[in-house]
Amino acid sequence: MTAIRDFFRSIGDAWDGLHPNVRRAIGVAVLVFFIVLPFFFTAGGTFIDNATRALAYAVMALGLNVVVGFAGLLDLGYVAFYALGAFTIGWFGSSFYAQVNHGKGLHIGVTGVTGQLPGIHFNFLLVLVAAVIVCAIFGVLIGLPTLRLRGDYIAIVTLAFGEIIGRVAINGDSLKPFGYAVTAGRQGITPIDSPDLPGLASFGPLDLRPWYWTALGMALLSLFVSFRLRDSRLGRAWIAVREDEVAAASMGVPLVRTKLLAYATGAGLGGMAGAFFAAYFNTVNADQFEFSFSIFILAMIILGGLGSIWGVVAGAIVLSYINTYFIPNTFKSLPHHIGLNFDLTDLSFGIFGFLLVIMMVLRPQGLIPERRRKLELTEGVGAGDSEMPIEVSV
Amino acid sequence: MPAPPDFDLHSDSERGLEAASIPVRATRAAPFEAIQRFLSRYGLIIVLLALPLAFMASDLAHGHGFAHILENLKDGVSNGAIWALVAIGYTLVYGIIELINFAHGDVFMIGSFVSFGMWGTLGVTLGTGTLGRVGGLIVAGAIAMIACGSLNVMIERVAYRPLRHAPKLAPLITAVGFSFILQNVGLEWLGGSQHGVDDLVDAQHILVNIGGVHIINADVLAIGITIPLVLLLVAFVQNSRLGKAMRATAQDPEAARLMGINVDHTISLTFLLGGLMAGAAGLIYALYNTTIRFDQGFEAGLIAFTAAVMGGIGNLQGAVLGGLIIGCIQQISDDRINSTWTPAIVFAYLILIMVFKPQGLLGEETREAG
Repeated sequence: MTAIRDFFRSIGDAWDGLHPNVRRAIGVAVLVFFIVLPFFFTAGGTFIDNATRALAYAVMALGLNVVVGFAGLLDLGYVAFYALGAFTIGWFGSSFYAQVNHGKGLHIGVTGVTGQLPGIHFNFLLVLVAAVIVCAIFGVLIGLPTLRLRGDYIAIVTLAFGEIIGRVAINGDSLKPFGYAVTAGRQGITPIDSPDLPGLASFGPLDLRPWYWTALGMALLSLFVSFRLRDSRLGRAWIAVREDEVAAASMGVPLVRTKLLAYATGAGLGGMAGAFFAAYFNTVNADQFEFSFSIFILAMIILGGLGSIWGVVAGAIVLSYINTYFIPNTFKSLPHHIGLNFDLTDLSFGIFGFLLVIMMVLRPQGLIPERRRKLELTEGVGAGDSEMPIEVSV
Repeated sequence: MPAPPDFDLHSDSERGLEAASIPVRATRAAPFEAIQRFLSRYGLIIVLLALPLAFMASDLAHGHGFAHILENLKDGVSNGAIWALVAIGYTLVYGIIELINFAHGDVFMIGSFVSFGMWGTLGVTLGTGTLGRVGGLIVAGAIAMIACGSLNVMIERVAYRPLRHAPKLAPLITAVGFSFILQNVGLEWLGGSQHGVDDLVDAQHILVNIGGVHIINADVLAIGITIPLVLLLVAFVQNSRLGKAMRATAQDPEAARLMGINVDHTISLTFLLGGLMAGAAGLIYALYNTTIRFDQGFEAGLIAFTAAVMGGIGNLQGAVLGGLIIGCIQQISDDRINSTWTPAIVFAYLILIMVFKPQGLLGEETREAG
């Protein structure tokens, strides 16, 4: 553990010691590296597939990090925004509402075959914006009831909302508020329009590179939003609320607005990634909006380090690869080698649960801790009352 | 039932701090305030009565009489007895360390699985005679209770005790982690699909018919196990030395420590008691529904937690009352609306209670919900 800590600390120190121009140059070089990366791999291969998913998960994790990491509001219902984002593209980017406009459909900014199909078809970028707006609104709606609550009560209320939205997704085919079903229920909405973006080749299952670049662009946008917000007045307000709500309020931080903006921002990023996933998987499947998804994303930010932006990205990439690559491929035969007979893919969430416990007990600050939080944690141990010693024994 | 014990698990020590966050309401107009006071006192009761009363009215309007709704309520109470036992575990643990023991629902699931496994080990099947079945049930129940109790204690030792001084979110996250671990244990144990349990008590057999309400074996089993257990638990918490230590620790851990109470042991004891109740609930659940499933604990845990909050978290009688009420709501929703919507309805109740009356029916304001 100390070795890992020293390693990251030395990297951080070396980075801080560099000239700003050198840092900028390194940043650009890394960016260029990630942009040209897909050219070295097969266009439809597993590498790009896994990389795309990892980037989209990073967007989700960065969104949840705003709520949990920055503002300290434990949201256990983040899957709600995955669902809402996915349904936004299901509503506005598929032939789900085929009766619309007397079967002729409604098209904005789409070309080719999609432009002829019945249903509502908006350009992918418009759908992303719509997903962000829908999710931000729902983020505020879900956030409102939790304003007076604190700590684990927030967790339970958000969890309940997540479960309700999951239920609506499954049973929504029988809900018809204006004569149109809300969801397609367990059947799922499929196919979803493939995106149609300027400057990128056609999106499809054979060439995954455009998907990768879109995900990369979304991840960069989320990173930008995260960094700028963290260093803004709002970001400082979030951290103040996280540390001590009463003190923050008495210092003039408007609690309601600060918290709601955290929910809205986190939800918006989650919705964007949700819409992307739905397009990428080419389906909105109601059964995937489960509580375990919220925990999957939460595990990413816990693993990386709550509040630490680079940590969260690292956590998302690591867990995404464990989930989509290592557990199904590399470690799949492990139980058979040691004489056990079970399928490791069944246990993936047990593994994530184990990871949560281990991380929290042994290294609560995460792999790449946020500097401010690292200070707090070490301070907290020193200031803790001595008559109740912290026993770490596993 | 004995007189309700004075089981106030809430700490007064920090309430002064909490007052800072409670909005000042002095500027509001008087009639508005009266309405608000009325709503805050009776609002929850009105909301809870809405569902059964609405369906009773519709029954009467269609000329069906009271039998149907009474049957619903009877099913609700016996089903709610299971939730009450699980809710006790939440309320005890929350009362003493203010943690939502998220893994508790899955401990309950393990209770069902252990009972099921024990019947297999003991060879109790449908062919066994009455005496053998009763003996098998008692042995399996005792072992399930002990297993769940020790499991709960172990979880506290491994996942919560090291984090006692960490930020509030840390133990909650480990609790969620353990919940997933236990679910996967269940998944590997009996597989991913529903698992049938031998109908050892002939659950659907009608014992008596009181005015159209059928009392079946399963009802008698659920009520017959729950009432003595709850009475024993209440007596223990109220009268025994250890029970006193629990209450003292719940009120103020530091002061309790100064009085010579071993706080760590007391907390372990609390988890043990909660686990014992969950084990018994697991046994009843397996016999009552005759199917068990690895993820039964997730939903059961949330329902039971709703029950604990509804009754006033930290309050034993409240947990039992909440369990029975939530059982009725669930039964009415299953029977009258649609069982696929039941979880959503229960969660909606959870949110409404959390938001508008976080202190619940019998509880007082807590630190979290102030």
